[in-house]
Amino acid sequence: MTLAHPQFDSDGALRHFLDLDGVSRETLTTILDTAEGFAPIGERKVRTVPLLRGRTVANLFFENSTRTRTAFELAAKRLSADVLNIDLVSSSTAKGESLLDTLRVLESLQCDMFIVRHSQSGAARFIAQHIAPGIAVVNGGDGQHAHPTQGLLDMFTIRRHKGDFSQLTVVLIGDIRHSRVARSDLAALKILGAGEVRVVGPRTLVPADAEALGARFVPRLDDALQGADVIMGLRLQRERMNGAKVPSSAEFFRHFGLSAERLSLAKPDAIVMHPGPTNRGVEIAGDVADGKQSVILEQVTAGLAVRMAVMSMVLGSHTSNRVESHQAPGVGP
Amino acid sequence: MTEHRAETVDQWLDDMISPLQELLRVTPDAGLIGIRKGGVAIAQRLHQRLQPETPLGELDIAFYRDDFAQAGLHPVVGPSSVPFSVDDRTIVLIDDVLATGRTVRAAMNEIFDHGRPSRIILAVLAEREGHELPIRADIVGVRLDVPANAYIAFDTVRARVTVGTRG
Repeated sequence: MTLAHPQFDSDGALRHFLDLDGVSRETLTTILDTAEGFAPIGERKVRTVPLLRGRTVANLFFENSTRTRTAFELAAKRLSADVLNIDLVSSSTAKGESLLDTLRVLESLQCDMFIVRHSQSGAARFIAQHIAPGIAVVNGGDGQHAHPTQGLLDMFTIRRHKGDFSQLTVVLIGDIRHSRVARSDLAALKILGAGEVRVVGPRTLVPADAEALGARFVPRLDDALQGADVIMGLRLQRERMNGAKVPSSAEFFRHFGLSAERLSLAKPDAIVMHPGPTNRGVEIAGDVADGKQSVILEQVTAGLAVRMAVMSMVLGSHTSNRVESHQAPGVGP
Repeated sequence: MTEHRAETVDQWLDDMISPLQELLRVTPDAGLIGIRKGGVAIAQRLHQRLQPETPLGELDIAFYRDDFAQAGLHPVVGPSSVPFSVDDRTIVLIDDVLATGRTVRAAMNEIFDHGRPSRIILAVLAEREGHELPIRADIVGVRLDVPANAYIAFDTVRARVTVGTRG
């Protein structure tokens, strides 16, 4: 199964990064360790390393996103790659060009990596399967399926604060069903062996297969927060409200909003996370989002180091394009 | 396979101490930086004996290596840490073995991304043949005459040096 997934090469190394399916704890831990190596580079005067010098990374955004695109762009630039931002929301696809035709054109621009954001689940995988060999694809969020780099930056942030996952109680609140972030977080928490994962939200917004994702559904937020180490809010998407799955924002906040009072039910050193953008007064109170337990802005910074790690790992050597090294064995590079 | 015992390695370290003491007498604020992993182990021992005023720095050169296209990303042992300003300072770059010089080149590139040192001195426990770049050590514990296909491994735990050939 694992080897059939297009994101692995024949050695089991990541050549694309599409979702967390088949990713081992060892691989995930290596990504986080590598990201730890990249993190201090942001503190230096010179914030770049020469790793991807001369490589070209194209941001293919078929769906609007400022945060994710900016984070990938900055991460690529910190690796010294050249970055192309291609806005496909209003471009050729709107003119009726097929996705495959668009891909051929982008291949001809001689890029080394595509960061793909698409409203349809499976889009990044489809592109990875149809792209010329040698081009790496990283999923920047596809439909309701996965947002794996967000999942990893969340794990990076949790690990920095809490260390060992096996002892942790993690609570995800809100629209689990439609959230690719939640899906990737749940997958990553399962891989890392989180002690207990609880999901809480309106029944209509929690997937029926929560157990299969390694989580336990808890109907009431007050119950879910008891003894929690990590609390992850999710953005309530307005379109869900229009779809009558949620009565109103005020009603949602009353039942599932994270207020300071509710936060006190969790462990005193619990951290509060949110992938952003936050709807203050809907899923999270403003004073909690800005409070001292909030690590929301740290998550944003972590996103750079984690994306630098992922990009440099998928663009590294793979079985199909490996060149023998001439270095003396055992000493130096 | 030849093994140099911890006592022998200690003698090589001794030989590095006096030129370093002289350097620290002239430039007391010189900063010692070890290259992971072997170089850090050597640097820690030297730093402990010399007790200079500047804390020890550690470099992980995984992001600066010149073989990314051939070998991909090397494992990152830990983040680089240079807990002092490199600007206008004498830097003593420390590694266990100098052979090709590629590690040192990568380390120097990284140091210059931390700042502009006034000069860099290279100190290694062992130097061997096989240079591929115009880089030589200034302070050397021992020069080992080994065949071209030999490897020199510094055991950071037991502080021993093994010289052998890969079959």
